[in-house]
Amino acid sequence: MSANATTIPSGTFNPSLARRKLTGTVFYGACIVAVGILLLTLFLLLYDVFRSGLPWLDVDFITGVPSRRVERAGLFPALIGSLEMGAMVGVMAFPIGVGAAIYLTEYARDSWVNRILQTNISNLAGVPSIIYGILGLALFVRALELGPTVFAGALTLTLLILPVVIIASIEALKAVPGNQREGAYALGATRWQMVRRSVLPAAAPGIMTGVILAMARAIGEAAPLLLIGAATFVTFTPAPFGTAYTVLPIQILGWAQLPNQDFHGLSAAAIIVILGVMLLLNGLAIVIRIRLSRHIQW
Amino acid sequence: MTAQSTSLSLRRPFSERVIETLLFLAASLGVVTTIGIVLVLALETYHFFEEINPVDFLTGTVWSASIKPYHWGVLALVSGTVLVAGIAMIVGVPLGLLSAVLLSEYASPRVRTVLKPILEVIAGIPTIVLGFFAINFLSPEILRPLIGEKNIGIFSALAGGIVVGVLITPLIASISEDAMRAVPRGMREGAYAMGATRFEVIRKVIFPAAVSGIMASIILAMSRAIGETMAVLLAVGQQPQFSFDPRDSVQTMTAFIAQISMGETAQGSIQFKSLFAVATVLFAVTLVLNLISSWVVRRFRTAY
Repeated sequence: MSANATTIPSGTFNPSLARRKLTGTVFYGACIVAVGILLLTLFLLLYDVFRSGLPWLDVDFITGVPSRRVERAGLFPALIGSLEMGAMVGVMAFPIGVGAAIYLTEYARDSWVNRILQTNISNLAGVPSIIYGILGLALFVRALELGPTVFAGALTLTLLILPVVIIASIEALKAVPGNQREGAYALGATRWQMVRRSVLPAAAPGIMTGVILAMARAIGEAAPLLLIGAATFVTFTPAPFGTAYTVLPIQILGWAQLPNQDFHGLSAAAIIVILGVMLLLNGLAIVIRIRLSRHIQW
Repeated sequence: MTAQSTSLSLRRPFSERVIETLLFLAASLGVVTTIGIVLVLALETYHFFEEINPVDFLTGTVWSASIKPYHWGVLALVSGTVLVAGIAMIVGVPLGLLSAVLLSEYASPRVRTVLKPILEVIAGIPTIVLGFFAINFLSPEILRPLIGEKNIGIFSALAGGIVVGVLITPLIASISEDAMRAVPRGMREGAYAMGATRFEVIRKVIFPAAVSGIMASIILAMSRAIGETMAVLLAVGQQPQFSFDPRDSVQTMTAFIAQISMGETAQGSIQFKSLFAVATVLFAVTLVLNLISSWVVRRFRTAY
């Protein structure tokens, strides 16, 4: 503390409170306007999608296949493709992601190997999704000769969402109190028994939420699939290992890129469907979280 | 409890070691992924540079991959990417930061429980939907009447930048809000006790204390805007040109990769190889941004 810092300024102190409070009010107003713009954008987006899409949304649209004639076109292949994709990604990402998270929180010591593993996962979360498509193309489609199939796409999307699943699972595992682990050890449990019987059930709600939200992300994400051969005109139900397939976001892109404006309506109708799927998955996540956390108390 | 399950051997059972190995393999998959990405990009980019001079690639400003004479000046795609990401930052940073301040400092718990899920909904919208919104509403019904039909088309960097700005807003808002809420209550109250107004507390206490998280969120958002594909592909168009006019239709690096992979480009052709070279530039840029972001967090973090 120097003498200079404590010198009292000469003259009377002018708090100019009115001006300072006005600045504050203006800033508060700016915050409200910012959130208002966001809400307005969300509203306009939904309004636009429903205005353009509702007239086309009917049973024939859901059960139909793409057609060059706009009034006969449907999105059944894309819907099934997306659901197959989401299910396969969930089945693969769940064990690997949770396993990795368990290793990093319950097993890993503070060694350089494990620090590399951790840093690497957070860096992978920042890699653009289309880069994963390039890896999938070289590795799954060409090197492993899976061809442009739903399975190759699902493997690629699994790699893409793994960091998300791992990070969410780590959060859930870290939230379990330490005495939960010590209690299990005190009863003579091995490390795996402790994890399996004591920590995992307590972390399950958080983990399941993370996995389901990651599946929703996989269904909405399509950039990598452009490289894994997803087509925009598939007129049959894609089989998991068959060669041609499409998914909802790619179908939306395909219709939106056609010059004929009527097809934009089909895009909008398909958007309503994909938003519906997202809503169902989010609802499912909430239900599972509530059901699983019913018996947890500490 | 049966007698055999209470064996008192201190050696870890074989099954325990198998499980630990399996878990370690799961955790290592990420490293394999990283090595795979780097190898594939390096190998294929090397093949591209066998035919095209790397200096011409990195300094050229004309890009023509489908119409002869071919030009491979990646700066045309880099400028398009920078333009779209720049507009996205101009839109997303103020929206994100102001929303974060509102949520962290002004909003009552009840308002928070409504606003937070809405931000999560925006974060969860598939990006193709925002691209569709750009060409079906934003361009034809707002931008074109406002700027003039002659001056701006359906596809423009401006429309693409705005929707990408909207989609990075939740990212900035949630990370910044976490950083601001982590500032201890005592620091706020100390400032109030000194006679500061609420805005002065935010500007001179909260903001400096949370600056590492705020900076990190902005850099991550920039990386996300640069890597965004589907919204940009639809909204910005496919005109690679070295331009910084927001009204122009341009092409980003991601949109070029998408366009080549959707077309009938033969594998092994120079066009196909160029895809990997562009992807290498994209990967390098986002990797550097992500590393800066984690460095900022480590360097400027003040733990309370």
